Amino acid sequence: MPPALEVNRLSYSYPDGKRALDEVTLAVEAGERVAILGPNGAGKTTLAMHLNGLFRANTGSITIGGLHLDEKTLPEIRRRVGLVFQDANDQLFMPTVRDDVGFGPANLGLAGHDLDERVSEAMGAVGVSALAGRAPHHLSGGEKRKVAIATVLAMEPEILVLDEPSAGLDPANRRELIDLLEGIDITQIVVTHDLPLALDLCPRAVIMDGGRVVAEGATTELLADSRLLAGHRLEMPY
Amino acid sequence: MGAGHAHALYIHGHSRVHLLAPEVKVAAAFSMVVAVAITPREAFWAFAVYGALVAAVAVMASVPPGFLAVRLTAILPFIAFAFLIPFVASGDRVEVLGLSVSGEGLWSAWNILVKAVLGATTSILLVATTEVPEILRGMGKLKVPSVFVSIAGFMVRYLELIAEELGRMRNAMRARGYEPRWLWQAGPYASAAGTLFVRSYERSERVHAAMLSRGYDGAMPDLSSKPARGTDWAVAAAMPVLALAAALVAIAGWL
Amino acid sequence: MHAPDGFLNAGTAVATGAISLGTVGMALRQVKQTVKENQVPLAGIAAAFIFAAQMLNFPVAAGTTGHLLGGALAAILLGPSMGAVVVTVVVVIQSLVFADGGMTALGYNVLNMAIIPAFGGYALFLASKKLLPATSGGVVAAAGLAAWGSVLLSAMAFSIEWLFGATAPVSFAEVFGAMVGTHLLIGMGEGVISALALGTVLASRPDLVVGVKGLPRTEPSVGRRIPVRTFIIGGALTALLLAGVVSQFAADDPDGLEAVANETGIIESAGDHPLDSGVFADYATAGIRNESLSLAIAGVAGTLIVLAVGTGVFAAVRQRRDSTTTV
Repeated sequence: MPPALEVNRLSYSYPDGKRALDEVTLAVEAGERVAILGPNGAGKTTLAMHLNGLFRANTGSITIGGLHLDEKTLPEIRRRVGLVFQDANDQLFMPTVRDDVGFGPANLGLAGHDLDERVSEAMGAVGVSALAGRAPHHLSGGEKRKVAIATVLAMEPEILVLDEPSAGLDPANRRELIDLLEGIDITQIVVTHDLPLALDLCPRAVIMDGGRVVAEGATTELLADSRLLAGHRLEMPY
Repeated sequence: MGAGHAHALYIHGHSRVHLLAPEVKVAAAFSMVVAVAITPREAFWAFAVYGALVAAVAVMASVPPGFLAVRLTAILPFIAFAFLIPFVASGDRVEVLGLSVSGEGLWSAWNILVKAVLGATTSILLVATTEVPEILRGMGKLKVPSVFVSIAGFMVRYLELIAEELGRMRNAMRARGYEPRWLWQAGPYASAAGTLFVRSYERSERVHAAMLSRGYDGAMPDLSSKPARGTDWAVAAAMPVLALAAALVAIAGWL
Repeated sequence: MHAPDGFLNAGTAVATGAISLGTVGMALRQVKQTVKENQVPLAGIAAAFIFAAQMLNFPVAAGTTGHLLGGALAAILLGPSMGAVVVTVVVVIQSLVFADGGMTALGYNVLNMAIIPAFGGYALFLASKKLLPATSGGVVAAAGLAAWGSVLLSAMAFSIEWLFGATAPVSFAEVFGAMVGTHLLIGMGEGVISALALGTVLASRPDLVVGVKGLPRTEPSVGRRIPVRTFIIGGALTALLLAGVVSQFAADDPDGLEAVANETGIIESAGDHPLDSGVFADYATAGIRNESLSLAIAGVAGTLIVLAVGTGVFAAVRQRRDSTTTV
């Protein structure tokens, strides 16, 4: 069975010339949960944006479940890779929660009863069924985050890529989020500054700095190495 | 001009009016307002009929009169203008309460007043009984171009967020002692507006990225609901049909 | 002004409705056909921005405040078609969803608050740019003049609509005088705020502004800048002067204006009654001392508006053609 995700020597420079990703290589097996850690500006979000083809690399390749990412495979890649953005507001743009969760599957061609079923399933999976008719700008931060995940799950992806999922959440919401993610059986890549979350959720972690992968291994080992952490502007809160 | 308070306009409820399909209500409200607008001002009886119809809907929908009165303050400037007309207008004078006013002016004031109030009340009743996403859906069902409806949807969705951002900028400025009173001191406000535009533009790029991530290919997907039942149309049509009938009779009488 | 239902007569509501529908329809097609695919979320979020900006109270003088219309600014930032569509959405939704403005008044509300300021304002912007230096300072000043002018065009348009659809015995001359006179001053607020807002955008993301594509990459304006206060006081004096001229027209005794008009041959001698034709509203034509003068002014104003809007529409169409070929 092919790896869920294979990133091979990915390099990317911004239009102004700044090097954002430098020969990044990464492999994630199906069902794994991997954390991507690193200081601000390390290229973590930029990498996340490559995984579903929003950004296109200068050199290198990305393969999702054996499917190579290029112009032609873009729609299928975008179904397979569900990206949950840093700011949930950017992701909830429809008049109601139900509309937002239905947006993705509708674009995949679902309609009528099938669409309704898919939407109900996704909302149920994250526990937001009661919010179906609500307008997104009237939701709390925690609710928005959960709905954002639902909007992506509704496309039945193979990989969930989450960019700073716990940012701005109060401790109770944060705990709920971790429980939710632990309960979903799907490959997950979690970009985060929340080191304890990474420890809780992801057995494996990757540290990025300056656009490069600088360390990789079991999360418990990496986070126990305070010198390694300090070298990349990271530290555990306790 | 104040833009009103969005969420405060809807009154949650389960009345027969609330449960009507939105396109039916939008069409009915619009037809009602047309009837009001074309009625000759001399036909007092017709306006009494409209008033009764509007009141009936308000009662059916459990919309309190106080609520309507407060929302109607939006047309205050035009009501003020209407009251001023008899005093400034030309034309033959008549005596009213010891004051000499223009006869034509009184007719005009009545015309503007009654139509503005009836029209605004109809609009307020529509909005009080129909949630915003439903109004947009109703517009779409009534053949308003889907691009227009989609744009309106995004506007409504991000309005509060952007207005809040602007509010935060203003508070930050006031916290640093900025209390301008003259136009040439308004620079920082204008800068805030400019910055807000840039931030809004950048947000729209992120939203677009989120849309692409979920398979958007340039055309919004069809998320429409079931078409309205025939009974909905019949129930909602009662009001505008009666109104239009009254209007036509009034016009016929006037010709 | 979000006019309520019945403010102008039915014929005017229908006629302006047809014009608005046609123009917005054309602009909407333009927006749909644009090469970039982010038009829908951008237009919606820009509409939210304009709506929010309209709610901002900016100071005018000694505690009085004003509000932005935003049509010209929208057109300069987003392009004329997009700007027109964006402000139209604002006006329509304000009526339908916020119950602000009559549903039957949408014809003239959209025309006056969206179409004319956006297309007309854009045309004024193009014209002003030609007269001013091609620097960021010049562009900002051009935007200020255009925004100011857009408010005037809007006021004139309302007056002309009043000429055809008046529902109260106030003559066209009085309405024109009052509307244009006051908006000469009110427009200054629109001009200053629009100009400074554009300046801020240009300072950080000039690439976003459609109206300045092709501007040579300039350094931040160094050297003598007209202090804003001087500009405003100067502008206010000019506006007062013009308002005085306009109010002469509205007054019962427009000798000065008549004399000028007679001498320059704009009007024939008094004695004919050109405004008696059935097209104009009785209310708007009664009480006018010099009908020929009124008609001449309505004609000039109308021509200006049509010219401005037409130029704006033409520029919009040509822009789209250019953008599709260069990509």
